[in-house]
Amino acid sequence: MRTPIAYFLLLSAILFALGSASVLLRRNALRIFMGVELQLNAVNLSLVAFSRLHLELDGQVLAFFSMVVAAAEVVVGLAIIVAVFRRTGTTDVDRADVLRG
Amino acid sequence: MPLDNVVFWVFAPLSVATAIGMIVVRNAVHAALFLVVNFFTIAVMYLLLDAPFLFAVQIVVYAGAIMVLFLFVIMLLGVDRGDAPGERLFGQRATAAILAVAIVAEMATAIRAGIGFATRAPEGFDEANQGGNPAALADVLFRDYFFPFEVTSILLIVAAVAAMVLALRRSKAITQQEIEAHAGDDLEAYAMTPPGGPETMRERAR
Amino acid sequence: MIDLIGLAIAIPLLAAGVNMLAGVRLGRYAGWFATAAMVASFAVVLGALLDLLSMPAAERSHVVAAAEWIRAGAATVSIDLRVDPLSITMAMVVTGVGSLIHLYAIGYMEHDPRPGRFFGYMNLFCAFMLALVLANDFLLLYLGWEGVGLCSYLLIGFWSDRPEAARAAKKAFITTRVGDVMLLLGLFVVWTHFGSFDFDTVLGGEGTLPEIATGTATAISLLMLGGAVGKSAQLPLHVWLPDAMAGPTPVSALIHAATMVTAGVYLVVRTHVLFEISEVALTVVAVVGLAGALYAGFASLGQYDMKRALAYSTMSQLGFMFLAAGLGYYAIAMSLLVAHAFYKALLFLTSGNVMHGLHDEIDVRRLGGLRRDMPLTAALFAGGALALSGLPPFSGFFTKDTILELASHDGDVYAYVLGSLGALVSAWYVARLFFTAFIGDRRYEGRAHEASPVMQAPLVVLAIGALFAGLVLAATPEGRLATFLEPVLGPIVEGHAGPSTGVLVAISVVVTLLGIGIAWRLYRPSQVERWVSFPEREPGMAGVLGHAFYLDDLYAWIVSAVGLRGAAALEWFDRTVVDGVVNGVGRLAVWAAGLAPIWQSGKVRRYALSFLAGGVALLVFAVVRV
Repeated sequence: MRTPIAYFLLLSAILFALGSASVLLRRNALRIFMGVELQLNAVNLSLVAFSRLHLELDGQVLAFFSMVVAAAEVVVGLAIIVAVFRRTGTTDVDRADVLRG
Repeated sequence: MPLDNVVFWVFAPLSVATAIGMIVVRNAVHAALFLVVNFFTIAVMYLLLDAPFLFAVQIVVYAGAIMVLFLFVIMLLGVDRGDAPGERLFGQRATAAILAVAIVAEMATAIRAGIGFATRAPEGFDEANQGGNPAALADVLFRDYFFPFEVTSILLIVAAVAAMVLALRRSKAITQQEIEAHAGDDLEAYAMTPPGGPETMRERAR
Repeated sequence: MIDLIGLAIAIPLLAAGVNMLAGVRLGRYAGWFATAAMVASFAVVLGALLDLLSMPAAERSHVVAAAEWIRAGAATVSIDLRVDPLSITMAMVVTGVGSLIHLYAIGYMEHDPRPGRFFGYMNLFCAFMLALVLANDFLLLYLGWEGVGLCSYLLIGFWSDRPEAARAAKKAFITTRVGDVMLLLGLFVVWTHFGSFDFDTVLGGEGTLPEIATGTATAISLLMLGGAVGKSAQLPLHVWLPDAMAGPTPVSALIHAATMVTAGVYLVVRTHVLFEISEVALTVVAVVGLAGALYAGFASLGQYDMKRALAYSTMSQLGFMFLAAGLGYYAIAMSLLVAHAFYKALLFLTSGNVMHGLHDEIDVRRLGGLRRDMPLTAALFAGGALALSGLPPFSGFFTKDTILELASHDGDVYAYVLGSLGALVSAWYVARLFFTAFIGDRRYEGRAHEASPVMQAPLVVLAIGALFAGLVLAATPEGRLATFLEPVLGPIVEGHAGPSTGVLVAISVVVTLLGIGIAWRLYRPSQVERWVSFPEREPGMAGVLGHAFYLDDLYAWIVSAVGLRGAAALEWFDRTVVDGVVNGVGRLAVWAAGLAPIWQSGKVRRYALSFLAGGVALLVFAVVRV
């Protein structure tokens, strides 16, 4: 493979940044969640890239675990969003400011 | 021109473009679909990085399961309409933009200081991939990472149970009327026990 | 008996303690008990006097160590009492006149519910006064000085339910305080210069003079004069004396006529050595005295309250004593002091009879013709008046007019002329009181009942003293009293300037008769309407005299303009600046605390922003470091 590893890492960084932007700038809880998934994927990508660089499979294993956890997290998170939605009729996270100081 | 280069330079911009698309579109379903495409591109990246097993798992788990779940919920709740325009929090957009740029810049700096932009993938990956990537992965997974593996299995069980508990409700379907009836509820009420008190929680669990 | 002189102080002191603690038990006997204590004290003093007289003149100065006061390691401060002619004379006046006044007070205060407290205070006062006059050093003198001030306060405000009495007590205490501070400063200078408070050291014992510079002597003298001015109610610290008449009449008689107010004269006379070293101080004394004498004499003419008129009279007579001291005639000042004690006490107590018999009426406009209902009282008052007016052969003549004679013989024209004016006014005001209150038609309702024998008996004794003490003690400038006091006060040196004694006597008699004559013209029974309506006809003049030339009002204005404004300014400062700072700190804390919740918006996206920003910052840190 002729592509420098650095490019993969840069791609990962760009995707992470874009994922963060979605987390910060969207009010819909589901859109935020999608941003989080994007961030996780970006990180997985960089893990695999490093694994390729160092000729070890540990990076891939870690990426694998990350996917497992992400799946579990999505399950629970969506359940929460649904439950909240049933209670309040909205997924707008800005409405959830009860813990305001 | 080497093939992997071509593939990379086709799918990497596609990846970025779909990510941007996911952020900017107003319809949540469209956004989810963009994300699906993004996952596909990342899967291709995995392939380029000699991780065929992850390529497959990415498509099956992420694009196939997680995003499907997302789409289920979006359509179930009917929240595809999109946010009201305008940012209500002061300085949020600007700060987010700055931080995003900062992240990329830092990574670039770190790369420059670390491995450098010219380093190519070294040659010896086939030795690590003895017996095919899945077999080699299994080897590492079930030997060195056995304990975390068991823990993640527990995690999955817990997640499944939690989802069931959270989603339990009284035996009526969500109707539009019910949604509108609760439209004005503050989340404070949800901070306490669910309607009916703690007893109902236990009842439901039985 | 000289060695036992300490008993003279101890007996009234103990009696005071008993009366104050157990007065309720003693009931009506509290007064008799107190009077007995005073008589016992008088006996002790009399014994000491007789002992003194049995010794040759040169040896008549004894120091008796009565008790130990403070013991601090090796240094001890003992209570030393001095028995010499001057102190014995004062002590005789205090105990003698004091006993008579106590006896009178038994009858006067018979309806009071708290006689124990009253007589306790009276005895306490006498104990302090005796400590003052018998002291052998300035420390004990100052103790007595302060003590009599305290008792004066307690006794003026004895009827504490009367607001004017309470105010008068405070005013007395605070005004004399100004003087007391000056005295204290004087004592500081004494200590700094002499290293001792002992009389023999400071004033020079056995005919020697103390070593002291003129300037220092002036400072000490003037400061002590300040104290004397306060205690003796001379200008400008006199404003408390007329108001002090709000207290019971025996108090007015004892404290504000016969004894406490004479403490100032005693102090000046005792320390005359220092005053003579500084000639300036002596002149100041004379000026203060003369000014006060004239000022008070005229002020007395404007008073319709008999006791207030007598209070100004006291101030005037004290002024004459200060004049005498200022001119160097210390023994004559003492003679006047003794005579004044008799006749002023008499005048006050007879006015007390009037109040007792007429339910506390003392305004002369509502009196008149009292001699019909109270013949003995009227006669006694007349006796006191004759004594005061300076008609020979009564006490006033032999004392007050001697001063003027001596002044003239020394060529002091101003003192003689102004002093004679003062004498004329004295005769005028006292005759005024007699004519308006005791003769003519009755202007009061009902009958006035004469005082009881318990009250009249001491007055008779006082009257005898008032009328004849001058003849006995001071028939000439080198009379018995002056000779007796010579070892302490020096001889009286008579000059030879001006008219001869005979001429002066004649002039003096004429002046006195003139004063009485003016009073007769203005206040005789047929002129009732005129003088009663004087305030309406001439409100300006009546106001000026009645308010004693508005000095008291001036002081009040100064206090309010300066004092209250200053207090208000300080209060503003305290409230705005000091409290402002303190509260400001609190407000600052609250404001600072208010800053924190700005970040606690409850918005998840904000928190996410914080996470990310923190993470990025850490990354920057890591990258830069590497």
